[in-house]
Amino acid sequence: MNLSLLILVPLLTAIAVLFCSNSTQVKWVSFIGSLGQLGLATYTMFAYMGARTGGNTSQMLFESRYAWYPALGIEYYVGIDGISIAMLMLTAIVVVAGVLVSWNIKRLSKEFFFLLLLLSVGAYGFFISLDLFTMFFFLEVAVIPKFLLIGIWGSGKKEYSAMKLALMLMSGSALVLIGLLCLYFNTTAINGKHTFDLLQIAHQHIPIEAQRFIFPLMFVGFGVFTALFPFHTWVPDGHSSAPTAASMFLAGISMKLGGYGCLRVATYLMPEAAHEYSWIIILLSTIAIIYGAFATLMQTDLKYINAYSSVSHCGFILFGIGMLTQTAITGAVMQMVSHGLMTALFFGAIGMIYERTHTRMVAQLGGLLKAIPFIITVFVIAGLCSLGLPGFSGFVAEMTVFMGAWQRSGMFNHVATVLACASIVVTAVYILRAVGSSVMGPIKNQEFVTIPDARWNEKLASGLLIAGIVVIGIAPFLLNGLILPDTHVIMDNISRGVVGLK
Amino acid sequence: MSIDFLILMKSEMSLTLIIFILLSLKVFTNDKNHVALLNLTNILLAANFVFGFFFNASGELFNGMFHTNNVIALEKNILNLGTLIVSLQAFDWLKNHKHLLEFYVLLLTTLLGMDFMISSGNFLMFFLGLELSSIPLAALANLDLEKRKSSEAAMKMILSSAFASCITLFGISLLYGTTGTLNFAEMPKHLTGSELQLFSFIFIFTGFAFKLSAVPFHLWTADVYEGAPVPVTSYLSVISKGSIVFIFISVLFTLFRSFEGMWYNMLYLTIVLTITIGNLFAIRQNNIKRFLAFSSIAQVGYILLGLSSGTGAGATSAIYFLIVYTFSNLGAFGVIALVSAHAGKEEITDYKGFYANNPTLSWVLTISLFSLAGIPPTAGFFGKMFLVTAGAGKGNYVLVTIAVMNMVVSLYYYLRIVRSIFMDKNETPIAKLKGSNSIKLALAVCMIGVVVTGFATGLFENINTLIGK
Repeated sequence: MNLSLLILVPLLTAIAVLFCSNSTQVKWVSFIGSLGQLGLATYTMFAYMGARTGGNTSQMLFESRYAWYPALGIEYYVGIDGISIAMLMLTAIVVVAGVLVSWNIKRLSKEFFFLLLLLSVGAYGFFISLDLFTMFFFLEVAVIPKFLLIGIWGSGKKEYSAMKLALMLMSGSALVLIGLLCLYFNTTAINGKHTFDLLQIAHQHIPIEAQRFIFPLMFVGFGVFTALFPFHTWVPDGHSSAPTAASMFLAGISMKLGGYGCLRVATYLMPEAAHEYSWIIILLSTIAIIYGAFATLMQTDLKYINAYSSVSHCGFILFGIGMLTQTAITGAVMQMVSHGLMTALFFGAIGMIYERTHTRMVAQLGGLLKAIPFIITVFVIAGLCSLGLPGFSGFVAEMTVFMGAWQRSGMFNHVATVLACASIVVTAVYILRAVGSSVMGPIKNQEFVTIPDARWNEKLASGLLIAGIVVIGIAPFLLNGLILPDTHVIMDNISRGVVGLK
Repeated sequence: MSIDFLILMKSEMSLTLIIFILLSLKVFTNDKNHVALLNLTNILLAANFVFGFFFNASGELFNGMFHTNNVIALEKNILNLGTLIVSLQAFDWLKNHKHLLEFYVLLLTTLLGMDFMISSGNFLMFFLGLELSSIPLAALANLDLEKRKSSEAAMKMILSSAFASCITLFGISLLYGTTGTLNFAEMPKHLTGSELQLFSFIFIFTGFAFKLSAVPFHLWTADVYEGAPVPVTSYLSVISKGSIVFIFISVLFTLFRSFEGMWYNMLYLTIVLTITIGNLFAIRQNNIKRFLAFSSIAQVGYILLGLSSGTGAGATSAIYFLIVYTFSNLGAFGVIALVSAHAGKEEITDYKGFYANNPTLSWVLTISLFSLAGIPPTAGFFGKMFLVTAGAGKGNYVLVTIAVMNMVVSLYYYLRIVRSIFMDKNETPIAKLKGSNSIKLALAVCMIGVVVTGFATGLFENINTLIGK
């Protein structure tokens, strides 16, 4: 199993798109390419599980490394564990769905699909890199396509949103870069060379003074991507201005880059500092959870509703990581996958509704269930998953986070957990209200009577995402079993540095 | 002796030869065919560039006044490549220009001066090269004969450059007074760190900062860049600056190594000012040439950041960055030269809706700007990363933070241009432009360079090994 294929396939698809002569070809090439990538990711998952049941216990599998810039100790070094597999599957599913819902893009379709695929190259590369430089490279690859996607194909105040998003995310990655360099020069030099090798750094002991300085940089830097309060302000603007597929990618994939980075880089490599700063993370993420939920209550635009609820839901990811217990971290990873699928589905459904009704205002919609039953069913499923109905992935993930959080002792942590739990009630209010008034009742606008229901591409996209949500919701042990050994490794590193955690 | 002489000075020899060929064409022919002449010159320059890779030797001449080695040969190759690209890009502008041959004779004379300057092993030779490379540049800046701004640019250029030369020369004379030698190899032995020597070093440093247009000695840059013809501007911003960086590396790293503690602090201040002020002023610009002038000031700040490390890695990153910078900046200037030559427009607002009629050129400009901003997968990302990494090696994270945060600021103004090109509406966008093949070739070379250089790890490694020796 050569992991570089996971980068090469989307890259070659993107290049192939450039050579297409019309938009039909562009669509099909991107679709086939992303489907192939989904197949490849699935194959990787089964190969991985096969190797694990075969008794392979090394931390990372399918590793390959090439000296990239040997003079500086920079390597192209990739490898995967269960967490990366979960992220890869998420990315692959969202990309296929994103390509499918963009089927009707007419304007500059070649450029659109090229940028989408380039963005996915960044995400795939990020999730499989084990060298911090390689990882940073891919992180930045995933930023700039968003600027163009939102700015060119977006709606509303798109230029403003695009610029805001690009600058905020780049500031985040600038913080990561400073932290990265500081970390690099604090590694033990071998033959006079420092290292960017993630696993090697994990086994070295970074001095605690350095950790105190680096950890906040890294965590906040990655946190900007995951809507860490108070750096979440790009989320509502960015999501609501973006075209449907870009919103799906943003919420489904990009925001997970941050969560993954917070876990894999910041927390894993600097456990002592993570423990010291844990209360700040918990505080900020609890604020994000509650603030996000209440802010959603005030929204009237469906995309803003989902964007603010993403702030709240992504709060759970950071909340789980900040709690530093194995169950909570496992829950955080599950929440990443669950939220990625669910929010992509939500944005997809909103996009389909908007395309037909030309409005996203809850007040102007109503009675849509009679007009477009399929799309509305999808919409309702996304909503129910978002409010954490058992049977869907949202419930499983949030439940795991709460259970894990409760395991951490201390009054402060318990209060935070209770508050975070309480936010679910608010979530139920805004979801049911939005769904109820846009779906139920008599048809408000007679023009809606004649609008067509979902086409095959939209059905396929929704089906794929719903399948993911339901599988995780009904059989959470599949995902849990995949990532549990690896959160254990991370916990090991944390408890080695910090006495009193388990 | 004689054969040594020919081999060691081969790049200077070949340049002189080209200059004489062009000069005799000027003198002995009337009624010239401009296109043929331009093609001939470009072929000569291409041959000169290729020739730069062969028969490279190390050694010195004239009692160490002139010396060369593999690093210097590489540096000369970079300058030759840059000049070739500039020349290809100047095609559309020069096709109808009266003084085509004068342009080339002056241009190549400055290049010759730079070659001598890089190879100098003695302050006299250095100063000779410096003057040879700067005085003809002022004449070049004046080559848009009917524009007043062009003359103004030339005037500002000659005055400020003479002033900088004076300061440098004063520093050199003081240094000669205290050490009794002008030879680079002997001088370090006599550097005691006395007050007069430090004083003279400050003068020399200032002269360099002037030529590099580092803040606070940058004031001439924007006006000159704006007034001069586009090919001259691009030559100034890439080749002329590059040559100064090359000699600055050896002056700092070998000659004044014993003053490292002092020049680090001077560089620290200069870097912070250069990057920050360059960026802040770039945001406010409306003329695209002025804009690139300030952006190039900020870029110099990053080069200095690499140099401030005082290590081989710093020198390697600086040279590597200059290669990347050559491709990316000339890519951007190439499009601007094309637009300027055909549509006569040089304001940023003119680029609104540029994508509608010129998609390929838009992408070329965008990718070049991304590379300047340091966004992967373009080579600019690697260039910036290595410079910042080298700079961080000193452990001064305040400086690194300022530099890295400024990359975000710079991203803002680069994205502003991208936004104009792709997103802003315009009733009358620039019409479809048909550039000559020559300019297309130049842009293709730049794009290949921008994409490939980052992944061509061998290049960086090679420079590193050369520097290591």
